[in-house]
Amino acid sequence: MKFLRDLMDKQRPLFEKGGKLESLYYAFEAGETFLFSPKHTTGIKGAQVKDAIDLKRMMITVVVAMIPALLFGIYNTGHQHFLAVGEAAGLWDNFGDKLLIGLQLVLPIIIVSYAAGGLVEAAFAVIRKHPINEGFLVTGMLIPLVVPATTPLWQVALATVFAVVIAKEVFGGTGMNILNVAMTARAFLYFAYPAQISGDLVWTYLGEKTAVDGFSGATALAVAYNAGVDGVPVTEALASHNTAIGSDLFSFSNMFMGWIPGSIGETSTLMALIGAVILIATGVASWKIIVSGFAGAYAMGLVMNLLAVNEYMAMPPQYHWVMGGLAFGIVFMATDPVSASQTETGKWIYGLMIGMLTVIIRVTNPAYPEGIMLAVLFMNVFAPLIDYYVVKANKTRRLQRATV
Amino acid sequence: MSKIVKLKKGFDINLAGKAKQELADFAPAQTFAIKPTDFIGLQRPKVLVQEGDTVKAGTPILFDKAMDQVKYVAPVSGEIIEVKRGEKRKLLEIKILADKEIIRENLGKIDLQSIDRPQLVNRLAESGVWPNLIQRPFGVVANPEDTPKAIFISAFDTHPLAPDLGFALQGEEQYFQAGLDALAKLTSGKVHLNVDGSKSVPAIFSGAKGVQINQFSGPHPAGNVGVQIHHLDPINKGEIAWTISPYGVVQIGKLMIEGIYDASKVIALTGSELTKTAYVRTTAGASVSTFVKGNLNSGHVRVISGNVLTGEKIAMEGYLGFYHNQITVIPEGDYYEFLGWAKPTTEKLSYHRALGLLSFLKPNKEFVLDSNARGEERAFVQTGVFESVTPMDILPVYLLKAIMAEDFDEMEELGIYEIVEEDLALCEFVDVSKHPVQELVRKGIELIQYS
Repeated sequence: MKFLRDLMDKQRPLFEKGGKLESLYYAFEAGETFLFSPKHTTGIKGAQVKDAIDLKRMMITVVVAMIPALLFGIYNTGHQHFLAVGEAAGLWDNFGDKLLIGLQLVLPIIIVSYAAGGLVEAAFAVIRKHPINEGFLVTGMLIPLVVPATTPLWQVALATVFAVVIAKEVFGGTGMNILNVAMTARAFLYFAYPAQISGDLVWTYLGEKTAVDGFSGATALAVAYNAGVDGVPVTEALASHNTAIGSDLFSFSNMFMGWIPGSIGETSTLMALIGAVILIATGVASWKIIVSGFAGAYAMGLVMNLLAVNEYMAMPPQYHWVMGGLAFGIVFMATDPVSASQTETGKWIYGLMIGMLTVIIRVTNPAYPEGIMLAVLFMNVFAPLIDYYVVKANKTRRLQRATV
Repeated sequence: MSKIVKLKKGFDINLAGKAKQELADFAPAQTFAIKPTDFIGLQRPKVLVQEGDTVKAGTPILFDKAMDQVKYVAPVSGEIIEVKRGEKRKLLEIKILADKEIIRENLGKIDLQSIDRPQLVNRLAESGVWPNLIQRPFGVVANPEDTPKAIFISAFDTHPLAPDLGFALQGEEQYFQAGLDALAKLTSGKVHLNVDGSKSVPAIFSGAKGVQINQFSGPHPAGNVGVQIHHLDPINKGEIAWTISPYGVVQIGKLMIEGIYDASKVIALTGSELTKTAYVRTTAGASVSTFVKGNLNSGHVRVISGNVLTGEKIAMEGYLGFYHNQITVIPEGDYYEFLGWAKPTTEKLSYHRALGLLSFLKPNKEFVLDSNARGEERAFVQTGVFESVTPMDILPVYLLKAIMAEDFDEMEELGIYEIVEEDLALCEFVDVSKHPVQELVRKGIELIQYS
């Protein structure tokens, strides 16, 4: 490592004040601090020792927590392709081919997302003269996981640039943003290019091949919604769906495992839960938000059961947990500490509301089959309000103490 | 009514280099210094001596023109060898070359029965023991014209490697009690003596009379007097309480009984880089060089007056701070580390458990921490961490943001009156975003204090 360090020390004067490349200092600094933790020491007064954690480590923990969902998503992308064209229906048949197709589709999306966002980050850092934010490590991975594998790459790039600039940098960078950056990217795609991110045709990659007769690319949420409209019990509709490519595609256990069509990383509830375990064990994400998020969805599902105006409302509430992106959204999106509620009491309310809103949007709104995206963004906006009242309660306690 | 308070929030920083419970013989310090910068709130210091003057222990050295009753006095007798000033003639240090035998000013014994409160205040202020009394809010030297609603004494120190007060104050029982008696006369309310509820209480504290003894237990900052006040009788806007350390109480007691200013005390020499860690008897303001030089494990070290959370970096020949009762020596951390942010480690202590931070697997390990800043400053990202190490009904992040925004109303409402730097020092340690928390707290306090 000595040689790398020497290289850095040699280049350093170029970027420091008075050097030729002074304007690119923060780009250099980002690379240097990535390779080597800086040699800064603590100040004369105040804490003389510091905790070993830093933001880089915290962010990379989230990225690691997403890896199970990513790997599963890559394989599932290939698996869904083969299911749709009627080949290699067994889960582990043609393992290599499925993996290869998945990689071919998913890797470019990840590369484009990181490249586009990274360039914007670097440009802002250089122009605004601030260090490059580590937050993008997470955003760059989240965006690919919440789009279908068939998304055009230019759309991924555009959405990433839009989200990083509008949702984050205009507010001042990581830590200052109001909305979750990755969710903003997805919402941008959803409203700007709905044809490529909604409907029945985008979730499964077909390529040159044609799907088997009777194939439907609908997601479980769409099936459930239509069941509600048609007056068929949802569980029956799910069970009988897509028998052309095999039975029980939308069985509870299959949806829990995630062998279903959907956005790349969101299909598997199991993988989201593994991520949740990592995030909670490392203390990076708030377990309060995750628990209350799932609880809120379940509770709202029960309330819908009581109303039961149509069959969708009568669906057993636990199905909400495994359909669509609820689990992924709650675990990775809702827990973003910057856009979530920042008080401990607020986190309970925030998570609960996300879960409940998701189910309400799913069941009652015909335009948006998936509710988690809008629920998270909506609650991002309301999180400061929740916090306002929690903080106010703290102030009131202090004030009452003084007047008693 | 004495109170028993069990605290759960907080974090003990378990460091290598605890002081062994023995009184070591080191060569006594040659020079001593009064550092006006130790006394927070000292606004316009006026020096009463010149280089070359000889002083006795207890001779006034300087006072604050903004609060001229309170005298700051020489800890030892000897010759003033330097009045050191910095930029804009800011007074930094007044150094005294100590006599072999300390000669003390005769300040006269104080009989509590025959003296009223104003006289007592006057005697204490003139004698040099007064700066031991710290006012809350703001954590500044108490104003003799105020009457505090209560006086709080924390009888244990939970800071990293902090001295065991029961050991350090052995044999001072009668002075301690005399000090407490004097304090009782200063306040309209109670004198609270807060002891460690998790251990057996040293006799010097358990036998104290005329005070309310409360028990606190839990991880650091359970021993911080600010935390204790919050749970006993919190400070609201407009109220004033005083705090004093047991060392200060003993100093007052010595004045009462012996009629002298005696700033000698037993301090702890601690830290992973000291070969011999022990307790040593010295005097406030002592040069630490005789304790440190020749007593080091390695060459590249940082000497800290005080503890690693709230202390101050000093030179190898630097001076012990007035309020400090320990010296900590740790490795200096000015090195680069390849991929230091990603490597798994059990050697670096962390409150967190993020990827690769495995120190939580070794809860009883004594860690060697250096002064590396462990990353760069960022905006606040992680939430809930500060709250989890602050055992008070306070929202530290919101308070700090109010300070950054210089929002006076918000600062007041969020509880700036209840804290000083040390109460949020742990936040500075655990902060993912590496904010200078204690500096911010002082900034906020000064904004409010001088508004």
